Amino acid sequence: MLAGEGVWMGSTIGPYSARMRVGVGLPNTNPGIDGRLIVDWARKAEAGPFTSLGVLDRAAYDNIDPFVTLAAAAAATSTIGLVTMVAIGPMRRAAVLAKQAASIDALSGGRLVLGLSIGARHDDYETLSIDHRARGEVLTEQLVAIREHWEEGKLGPRTARPGGPIVLVGGSSGEAFARMARYGDGYVHGGGPPRAFAGATGRALAAWADTGRPGRPQLWGQGYFALGDDAVDLGAAYLRDYYAFTGPFADKIAAANLTSPQAMVDFVRGYEEAGCDELVLFPTVPDLGQLDLLGEVLA
Amino acid sequence: MRIVVVGAGPAGLYFALLAKKAQPSHRITVIERNPRDATYGWGVVFSEETLGALREADRQTFDEITETFAKWTAIDVRYRGETVRSRGHAFSAIARKRLLEILQGRCAELGVELSFERELADVSQFGRPDLVVGADGVNSLVRRTHEVVFKPSLDVHRTKYAWFGADLVFKAFTFIFRETEHGLFQVHGYPVDAETSTFIVECPEPVWRRAGLDGASEEDSVAFCQKLFAQDLQGHSLLSNRSVWMSFVTVKCETWHHGNMVLLGDAAHTAHFTIGSGTKLAMEDAISLAEALERKAGDLSAALTEYEMERQPVVDRFQQAATESAAYFEGVSRYRSFEPVQFAFNLLTRSGRITHLELQRRDPDLVGRVDGWFAATARGATLDDGAHALVAPPPMFSPFALRGIIAPNRVALASPGEDDAVDGSPGPEAAEQLIEAVKTGAGVVLTEFVAVSPDGRITPGSAGLWREDQGEAWAGIVERVRAHGKAILALQLGHAGRRGATRSRRQGVDRPLREGGWPLVSASAIPYAPRGQVPKEIDRADMDGVRERFVGSARMAALAGFDLLELNFAHGYLPASFISPLSNRRADEYGGSLENRIRFPLEILEAVRAAWPEERPLAVSLSVTDWARGGLDAGDGVAAAKMLKERGCDLIQVQAGQTTMRASPVYGRMFLASYSDRVRNEVGVPTLVGGNITTRDEVNTLLAAGRADLCVLTSVLH
Repeated sequence: MLAGEGVWMGSTIGPYSARMRVGVGLPNTNPGIDGRLIVDWARKAEAGPFTSLGVLDRAAYDNIDPFVTLAAAAAATSTIGLVTMVAIGPMRRAAVLAKQAASIDALSGGRLVLGLSIGARHDDYETLSIDHRARGEVLTEQLVAIREHWEEGKLGPRTARPGGPIVLVGGSSGEAFARMARYGDGYVHGGGPPRAFAGATGRALAAWADTGRPGRPQLWGQGYFALGDDAVDLGAAYLRDYYAFTGPFADKIAAANLTSPQAMVDFVRGYEEAGCDELVLFPTVPDLGQLDLLGEVLA
Repeated sequence: MRIVVVGAGPAGLYFALLAKKAQPSHRITVIERNPRDATYGWGVVFSEETLGALREADRQTFDEITETFAKWTAIDVRYRGETVRSRGHAFSAIARKRLLEILQGRCAELGVELSFERELADVSQFGRPDLVVGADGVNSLVRRTHEVVFKPSLDVHRTKYAWFGADLVFKAFTFIFRETEHGLFQVHGYPVDAETSTFIVECPEPVWRRAGLDGASEEDSVAFCQKLFAQDLQGHSLLSNRSVWMSFVTVKCETWHHGNMVLLGDAAHTAHFTIGSGTKLAMEDAISLAEALERKAGDLSAALTEYEMERQPVVDRFQQAATESAAYFEGVSRYRSFEPVQFAFNLLTRSGRITHLELQRRDPDLVGRVDGWFAATARGATLDDGAHALVAPPPMFSPFALRGIIAPNRVALASPGEDDAVDGSPGPEAAEQLIEAVKTGAGVVLTEFVAVSPDGRITPGSAGLWREDQGEAWAGIVERVRAHGKAILALQLGHAGRRGATRSRRQGVDRPLREGGWPLVSASAIPYAPRGQVPKEIDRADMDGVRERFVGSARMAALAGFDLLELNFAHGYLPASFISPLSNRRADEYGGSLENRIRFPLEILEAVRAAWPEERPLAVSLSVTDWARGGLDAGDGVAAAKMLKERGCDLIQVQAGQTTMRASPVYGRMFLASYSDRVRNEVGVPTLVGGNITTRDEVNTLLAAGRADLCVLTSVLH
């Protein structure tokens, strides 16, 4: 079955529970982490109240590749979901993406959710000598091609589900929403306050209905956190560095970091009210203690 | 802190006094290039909400401001010799000059240094300020100096306006519409104090040129407007205060601060004057910035970030409403045939902030009149203005008559389809979905896409109507469905063209079949989707064949008992592939101009009209824009709709996009409503519109405002 049995004329049916699931990010874009931390982090998260482990993707930065990170996490865990939020599609050839995703899916027994988008940075494309201008069309073609690879099975390995993992598509342009509605199983939002999430997913749902897709897309959200007094400045410094490419916007992202239990509770509630199916909270400080603090707030 | 404020308008002065009051140790200088008493324009308007914020922020200026306030609760719409008054609103206004005096006085009292007739170049004379506030208006030099960082976008509007005063006191926010030989002029007027009113005159630029105002002096312009609105001025005079003709510029900035510089008010953002929020937003900015500096004392960057994060979402909402409002006034001449009561309702609901429900709360009498008028016209009665107000249903419950068919109400539902047909014979879900739809009480229920031929199917599971047994199956469905309600039943007929031979939509849309596909035809040999089949350019013989398929299906649909037939000329299917220049590269008389491109769809329409029972209406679903560069735009869409109407189309379902994969669609709340408005009121044809309409209030608002005749309610997804 594909993502989400539908809503038809206002009656909600199918697997949409009222309760939002909450996942946690792996610190794969926090500079200087090692394999030990990834494995410990994944195990600790699985033992906690989290339903998924998320990873981010970037080329020109001191980060670990998202699929490599998920491979480590897959081997160290057995039930928790694994999700790319997102992998930048055009950075890899479609067949390579299909192969990597199928591999994680096989290693994890079908726990992968593949989030794809075009990303936000020119330098990712420049670093890899990939044409930036055609990125939207390339991603559209990849979404078609990846599914074909999974269905054909020639590339291998066999995915847990016949059609391959659930595919989420991100982006905030009209093209992105149309692409998601045509080829995706759900929408992955890029982050921001609950109001921004509600606005974007409203458009995603409108695109879905307009395109004539039956059912409803899954809706995934994400946010950043740094809990505990010692973490606040470290988290802000990391976000300013990671988002330096956005110029002055980096300050806003840093200021929006969830640094208090109250802010976290409000944020989670806001996303739940906005109809989010799964919210993944990404650490800005790569310290295992952050998982304990987050778990306490969510409990 | 050493603070230099550039610009002594309301934003700059108010910020300066609030910051100084909060922290007397701040050294604040406001520099202004104009003289102290120089100002332009007349009054500025405030809402109740803003007043609350002003009271909180500084009681003394609040008291002084409200002392000379003009306050009123009504909106008058003067149109076609009639005035429609709406009550229950809350406005207050003050003369801009008086406001500035009050703020200047308070600044002086608190020890803010005011320096007039001084250019920005002098900033260096203040040493290195800790903070430079750019409150220097729409043409902000501070913003222009650091354009690379602020990344402003400037959108120049297409109407001309002049900000006059008048020595009379309006009793209401007054909109006046006056027809001239050159075109339509409008006035936005409201009281300012006990003697004067603001009197803004606005018209589209071509009208302004035709009236010879492009070469007119200030005096000539005053004389022209005074004569034009003599009846409204009742012997009073127009006043000019540097009241020159201008084009409004909407300013948006990606960021509002940079280092120790921050933008405030119009320098950072403007909102079209027709929602009267410029000064309000500017003064709220000032409050927010002063508070953020206090809260984050010692961390300027954090304070400026917080200010921006607090204000930007609010400003975004107002700019959105202002855009809607400005668009309304730019296109207002299309409502010239409206009855005054509907004209007024349309005006009041133009920006989306006031809806049918909200107006009901503010002014139940007027909504009663609107609903009464709507119900009376829907019954075919002559206008008996409000006589039925007490018992009138909201517009969505008024019936809708087309030819010999009457829909019991204005809500339509479209069956999504289940792709469960076999060889085109409708599957079990076809009936179930229609029954479910009829049970909701909707007035019109549309089937899923039904193909006219096997190769016109979208997927192997698409329903069809090309064989007699299929006709009988549909007749059986119609009979079953009728037992559950009084909705009129519409069959949606189409030919998929190059969007055919795809998999079930549960697996994604436009994914080509791996096996079992069939050859596709389209206007030209251009595939629709990546990895999609290249269609054959359809030839004349096949076009005749397709046209006859439509006719044959229409005859069977009539026999099956459908009340309404809708031909799908939208979303990139075969007829739409002719209409869009992006999918039609034909060299024959079916390619080239819009007239040529729409020729084949019109041939289908005419042939079907001749075969479809006279008393039953015929609708067409049309993508009025391709949402893509080089494609059909809304103007073309309106022209296409006009041709459809002339060839016998009774109703247009307004759609957009899906004609090409390379589109940039614009999704949002009611994203098709503005297109429906244009088609309905520029062509004069009834419209059916969907596109993320999710509430009854939205339906009532669209209908009462005359932006659509029937609404497809999208199932509540949220």
